[in-house]
Amino acid sequence: MPVIAGGAAVAAAGIAIGLKALDEREIPKTAILAATFFVVSLFAVPIGPSSVHLLLGGLVGLFLGVGAFPAIFVGLLLQAVMFGFGGLTSLGVDTVNMALPGVALAALARPLMARTAPATRGLIGATVAALAVLGTAGGVTLALALSSADYVPALKIVALTYVPLAAVEAVITGFAIAFLARVKPEILPWPKEARP
Amino acid sequence: MSDAFAYGSDPGPRPLLDRLDARMRVAATFTVVLTIVVLRSPFLLAALVPVAVMLAVLAGLSVRELARRLTHLEGFLVILALLLPVTVPGPNFVVLGPVALSQPGVERAVLVLLRVNLCAIAIFTLLAGLEPVRFGHALARLGMPAKLVHLLLFAARYVVLIRAEAGRLHDAMRARAFRGKTSRHTLRTLGHFTGQLMVRAFERAERIDEAMRCRGFVGRFVLVADGRIGGTDIFFAALTGLGLALLITMDRLT
Repeated sequence: MPVIAGGAAVAAAGIAIGLKALDEREIPKTAILAATFFVVSLFAVPIGPSSVHLLLGGLVGLFLGVGAFPAIFVGLLLQAVMFGFGGLTSLGVDTVNMALPGVALAALARPLMARTAPATRGLIGATVAALAVLGTAGGVTLALALSSADYVPALKIVALTYVPLAAVEAVITGFAIAFLARVKPEILPWPKEARP
Repeated sequence: MSDAFAYGSDPGPRPLLDRLDARMRVAATFTVVLTIVVLRSPFLLAALVPVAVMLAVLAGLSVRELARRLTHLEGFLVILALLLPVTVPGPNFVVLGPVALSQPGVERAVLVLLRVNLCAIAIFTLLAGLEPVRFGHALARLGMPAKLVHLLLFAARYVVLIRAEAGRLHDAMRARAFRGKTSRHTLRTLGHFTGQLMVRAFERAERIDEAMRCRGFVGRFVLVADGRIGGTDIFFAALTGLGLALLITMDRLT
């Protein structure tokens, strides 16, 4: 219960900051990006005999900055209402776990992005994506461990299942960003004048 | 990606629930889920499963649809449910060769499984199938900030458009005999797919933005509130409240 309340409080703060930074006329653009990330995360990516769904925390953070909080929250709400999928009590915790790592890492990576060639940008994007997935895994583990110490041994194994996802997500995000840097660099959100 | 959109079949309408005010459905979902989380007796929770399924069927869901949905969920749960009995310390429940299942571990696993499944049935019955537009308006009238509601309404609309766009890209890939497997080629293709989808979405966003400005859009819709809390809503709320209060009392007495 304290975890649920704490998660909700942090999520509410993140959403409030994100909304404040969002100009009303930018809402359609943010919404269309949120919708795009949502649609991409519906795809099942095969890994061996199994498959995973992408989290895209890194990519969302890179494109939307703090706007990732409201965007991801809206995505989770839509997921619940369109597919009946996902928890309601954990909505706050989930929002924080998905948005916070991406937002923090993207804040570090965005200045770097402005000054590099497309391929390097892909590499930076890949690193951000992988670390964001691991950050999410860490957040999920922490949230469950704080809820009950009983979970701790099991969680060590559960956390490992995120490693292949981190790898897959890194490669896909890297290619996506390198592709955009080559094909349509003006939609990348970092300063445009520094484009090579 | 051969089974793209695997979890994306839209839930059908709920003829009985659709008569209710959308706010009532949102509030009821939250209350039911919170009650399930608060319940502590595994027997009561287990007894609730058939009741929940019955109510879901009454609301217009088919058992098959529900089963499919829950099977998908079980994939995520199975790891935790299998690991808890082995890893939680405590007196042994059963010993299977080298593997000892601890009693508290088994109890935890059963509780988690029951709670998550019940919550999923509740959300899938009460909330899923609510039109995103009605959902957004209900949230606005329940006090969600206007900007967030606008974001939700726009996103709900764009998800439909972008899924269609993704479908076209996917068809184009299939026409070139693309099949997803674990390979660098697949990942690169999916990366380019994501990028291309973003390019198309952005171009579309720009056209929409221009069109909306032409019509004088300044970042605000008028939210038309048409729902009224009527007799049906009060009856539904009373029935739900009574049922949940009864459950909590039974839980605390056992």
